[in-house]
Amino acid sequence: MFLQLFWTYLKIGTFTLGGGYAMLPLIQREVVDSKHWLDEEEFLNMIALAQAAPGLIAVNSAIFIGWRIGGWKGICGAILGAVLPSFLIILAIAMLFSEWKELPAVEAVFKGIRPAVVALIAAPLVKMARAAKISWLTLLIPVTAALAIWLLHVNPVWVILATILITLGVVAIAERRKQ
Amino acid sequence: MIYLQLFLSFFKIGLFGFGGGLAILSLIQMEVEQHGWMTQQEFVDIVAVSQVTPGPIGINCATYVGYTATGSVLGSILTTTAIILPSLIIMLTICKLYFWLSKRFHSNPYFVQTLRMLRFTVLGLIAAAALMLIKPTNFIDPVSWIIFAVVAFFTILPQLLKKDSRLTTILSHPIVLILAAGLAGYCIYA
Repeated sequence: MFLQLFWTYLKIGTFTLGGGYAMLPLIQREVVDSKHWLDEEEFLNMIALAQAAPGLIAVNSAIFIGWRIGGWKGICGAILGAVLPSFLIILAIAMLFSEWKELPAVEAVFKGIRPAVVALIAAPLVKMARAAKISWLTLLIPVTAALAIWLLHVNPVWVILATILITLGVVAIAERRKQ
Repeated sequence: MIYLQLFLSFFKIGLFGFGGGLAILSLIQMEVEQHGWMTQQEFVDIVAVSQVTPGPIGINCATYVGYTATGSVLGSILTTTAIILPSLIIMLTICKLYFWLSKRFHSNPYFVQTLRMLRFTVLGLIAAAALMLIKPTNFIDPVSWIIFAVVAFFTILPQLLKKDSRLTTILSHPIVLILAAGLAGYCIYA
């Protein structure tokens, strides 16, 4: 089981570019459609939980699937498979990059890439805001969060904790009113 | 000492990293900047590298910072383990409570509302990550802003057209856009 999960995740981890979300359809094909380790419903529940929990979605799903299928051995296999490709590639880049980055050609390429990276972080917000069904009122939440972090240098950890605590408080009051 | 600091920082990032890769960026940025483990430029460069290499951005950043901050592979192993550890603890708890949770997860108002509000907050976290990177080191001249505008336009193009075609899918892909921006940079600045 260790090896099977390791290979499955290694394959997915090596060939998906673009982060955790891009892995999900491939994981579904392997785990649900071809290996029948989980049924469709359990897989969708798993995705919802892996996304709701903090941490990297690819790793969260690896832990869940690893555990359901092979216990601790399954978890180790799935995590190693999911993490190892990016770990090794980035380690190689980190070792080489310190020498390469002084090269004028590399520096020129990155001068072009840096503003593109900022756009690639900012532009998906349009789609995400639509998917979250944001309204003019709820827009205040991300705007406040962004300004607090950007201008006041509030650590994002506090912003997340504040969101959780305030929401729990408001729901608790609303629930008490209902009774 | 630096190993302990790295461990605590990346454990914190794993513990509070709600909402996936892009949302985790502002947490990483804050930690590495406060400790001086990476310059702003290095951070942007590694995000760029993350976009064109396989794997989750969080793992890529953790591995990179672990190596550059300590100069040893051990640092990379430590940071990567640290960012995974909270996931392991939380997901195992979720697995144990799975039957209890899967019944309440979609109906309990505490769960539902907290997750809904976190989705909104995460948008702010991502916006902050982008805003913090708008600096003269990343936007060196007016050409930078043209590159920014073009990449942003192509990224939201599928939304504007409201239908998917193979061409817009390719043109709006982060890897294609990064490579195009790199090529533009080479032609203009080299």
